[in-house]
Amino acid sequence: MKLSLQIATRFLRSTLVQTIIIILGIGIGVSVQIFIGSLITGLQKSLIETTIGNSSQITISTEADSGLIADYKPLLTQVASDDSRIEFVGPALDNAAFLSFDGKSQSLLVRGFEQGSADHIYNLSDYITEGSFPAAENEVLLGKTLQEKYGFKVGDHFELIAPDKSTSTCVISGFFDLKVAAVNNSWCVTSLSNAQSIFGTGDKISSIEMQLYDDQVFAADEVMANITTALKNDSLHLTNWKIQNESLLSGLQGQSISSLMIQVFVMISVVLGIASILAITVMQKSRQIGILKAMGIKNGKASLIFLFEGVILGVFGAIVGIALGLGLAFAFSTFALNADGTPVVALYIDQNFIALSGCIAVLACMVASLIPARRSSKLNPIDIIRNN
Amino acid sequence: MENILELRHINKIYGTTIKTQVLTDINTSFKKGSFSSIIGQSGSGKSTLLNIMGTLDTPTSGEVLINGIDTAKFSKGRLAEIRNKNIGFVFQFHYLLPEFTALENVLMPYRIGNSAITPEVRQRAIELMQLVGLEKVINNNATQMSGGQQQRTAIARALLNNPDIILADEPTGNLDSNSTETIYNLLRDINERFGTTFIIITHDRRIAEKADRIIEIADGQINMDIYK
Repeated sequence: MKLSLQIATRFLRSTLVQTIIIILGIGIGVSVQIFIGSLITGLQKSLIETTIGNSSQITISTEADSGLIADYKPLLTQVASDDSRIEFVGPALDNAAFLSFDGKSQSLLVRGFEQGSADHIYNLSDYITEGSFPAAENEVLLGKTLQEKYGFKVGDHFELIAPDKSTSTCVISGFFDLKVAAVNNSWCVTSLSNAQSIFGTGDKISSIEMQLYDDQVFAADEVMANITTALKNDSLHLTNWKIQNESLLSGLQGQSISSLMIQVFVMISVVLGIASILAITVMQKSRQIGILKAMGIKNGKASLIFLFEGVILGVFGAIVGIALGLGLAFAFSTFALNADGTPVVALYIDQNFIALSGCIAVLACMVASLIPARRSSKLNPIDIIRNN
Repeated sequence: MENILELRHINKIYGTTIKTQVLTDINTSFKKGSFSSIIGQSGSGKSTLLNIMGTLDTPTSGEVLINGIDTAKFSKGRLAEIRNKNIGFVFQFHYLLPEFTALENVLMPYRIGNSAITPEVRQRAIELMQLVGLEKVINNNATQMSGGQQQRTAIARALLNNPDIILADEPTGNLDSNSTETIYNLLRDINERFGTTFIIITHDRRIAEKADRIIEIADGQINMDIYK
């Protein structure tokens, strides 16, 4: 074994330029894998984060009882314990209403939820541009579109008209920008207790909202199935982000598949390239193999030489590839920036993925070296000696 | 003295569609410790015969016996072992590994058959290099030596495992007359010192006459077999 390894090392060193070119070839293949893999994963993560990172990923509502769920507190506890992938569960009460100010009016969606939901589901604190989350009675948060439309300031009052024509005076505690124009124009966020008293629902809610842990987001359908089975309540209706965002989902899946295909084909071309170059090196070293066999080296040991060449090239190629790939990623994050300083390309560097890419490179090189290894075992010393 | 090598009814035919009979019914044997030469014209079949003797090639029919045992019984792996431990080859072209130094080349036969070099083996390799007059270049790369030096290294290499037989195919074919003389004297010296059997192919009659026995091959058959 040691002899085969030493011969492999010496063979590779003796054709140093060729060896470096092969290593660079493998390195480029690995770096493409790493870069594209990190890019696609990063894009997906940021896309998901933007689309459903700040909203309810599984929602429980009801058609019965005019759409209100009474006695919801035990439900909240039960759901939270049903599946360990759920990060947060919170109640919400949604109602349509009218805003009336200075002779003008428009429809609003009044969203009532607790501070917990505000923090863990909506990450509202990141989007509040002025003021703070409603604390006192009748305090509400409005979107910045409404702020601009009506010239509101923090502390201003306006009339809120409920469907039953009852009126409440609301105080603006702050403004938010949730980056979606429709939301900024229609949401009126307040505390759950405030919503319940404005609309006279009593201690009832219209939906239970939840968020899963970041890495479990794609399991939303499984988690929903678990909860449905555990709840055993036909009057409750469950939905999840996958159902609500079918086109996003198929887009993401399409992205994943095409990224995977690119990576696979890059690897295949690297393997083919290496196999053909190593096959040539067998011919280049046929004299040496011939004399080694004449001296009594067995076919197995002779083939091992080329397998070792494959492993050595794979290891060095993987190292170069990982360095190149990470370097590319770093350059993109540092130099390709948007106007606001955020990177144009979202990258997600996963250590496991990088390690896997490295291992695949080494394995691919070993596979590539099987052909030349087999060729060398067929080399007859007599042919080489006769032909010289 | 017993026969170290015996050939019985050796025939060698090349080709499938167009057949060429290179060796016809060769019968001969060699005693242990003998120094024989094989001469013949180009294409007479002498290299083929040597390669068959050394198990590098197999006869179309006939038996090759080394130390009385028929080599046809052996597997490829076993034949490789025999080549490694019992036979040393010296070819017209030295076939040193250019990626290794002279000393590493000399040590190669031992490393092929075993795992690690012992200090004794290393010492033996150095002594063999001294024997062939190359103690000053043991750490030179194989490519940094003259033709004569490379051929002498190849001879030292052939001797490392203390083989029973050395088969040499025109070992001085590429060398000048002075080097040729030196090498032949060296081979005779080794034969006398270690009792190694030598079978040497040469086209040069003057060199052949230094041997104890001359076998002439013509048209694939033994034409002449003289003991001096």
